[in-house]
Amino acid sequence: MHAAAAPHVAIAVFPGTWSERDFAHVAETVLGWRARLVWHADRDLGTPDAVVLPGGFAHGDHLRTGAIARFSPLMAAVEAFAAAGGPVIGSCNGFQILTEAGLLPGALLRNDHLEFRCDWQDLRVEHPGAAQPWLGDLADGEVIRLPISHGEGRYVADPETLDELEAQGRVVLRYSGPHGEVSPEANPNGSQRGIAGIVNASGNVLGLMPHPERAAESEVGGTDGLRIFRSLERWLKGQPARAERRVSSSL
Amino acid sequence: MRWIAEVHVSLRSGIADPEGQTIGSGLRALGYDTVAEVRSGKLLRIVFEAAGSDTAEAAVADMCRRLLANPVMERATWELRADEQQDAEPANP
Repeated sequence: MHAAAAPHVAIAVFPGTWSERDFAHVAETVLGWRARLVWHADRDLGTPDAVVLPGGFAHGDHLRTGAIARFSPLMAAVEAFAAAGGPVIGSCNGFQILTEAGLLPGALLRNDHLEFRCDWQDLRVEHPGAAQPWLGDLADGEVIRLPISHGEGRYVADPETLDELEAQGRVVLRYSGPHGEVSPEANPNGSQRGIAGIVNASGNVLGLMPHPERAAESEVGGTDGLRIFRSLERWLKGQPARAERRVSSSL
Repeated sequence: MRWIAEVHVSLRSGIADPEGQTIGSGLRALGYDTVAEVRSGKLLRIVFEAAGSDTAEAAVADMCRRLLANPVMERATWELRADEQQDAEPANP
């Protein structure tokens, strides 16, 4: 028996992306994974186990956040990867791109107080089973702490979409106080219903405004983000088809 | 022939517009007490070629649908006119 190969993540880089090296650092140095930065103009995603859309200001956030990035050649490959069930995480600007691309519903608008907010934020985990690849190691109702860093993180969707997300258990992270209390005071940007993270219907595409990659080493103040990556690693180990494909592609 | 479309993109009613609210507060602070509401948005001036007005109209509608406005929270309206000065240097009104 072979030891399972280290997970391989593809990290998309758009002009203006700024969190790609943090993700790569966590993947390679902290977790011992393989990480590959993929330029947005590239049409070939390779054969990764998971795809990361990092934070930043893709294409300068011109017109709307994520509006131009969704038309980058690489996004067709990301959409195909997601449609095939591949795990995709979009953090901050990556979340904005996922909504513009239609991979997740809703949109992210200017924070209600108009300020850029950079802070540690408590988040209540809900229905982690609905986001199995990414939140499988987390417990329903537990509170994790991750950094946020955004000026346009106010999640909006029409009431029917919000009700559908809630009914299907697809709101998986909500801004909260330290004991999981959801309130206007705990909401850093005016997001509807305190929504900080959602998944698609099949649970493989996660969009969240917080930055898990900035909470992966105790030196930087917290390691709750690491648990999201460990969830993915554990989930991948239970995916024999992917393991076989990885072996065959290395022959 | 050449056409000019002025596309106005604004947040749909019911979507909070904190920028507009803040601008409204600014106007009231300057003494414009009667200002009830300000909604912010974008103005995009697009100069392009199209064979006729129907084609031009359809092109602008398509641009709005595919890129210029996100129907989740925005609406787009536009005014379209033939460019009278198409032989002259591009003019900024």
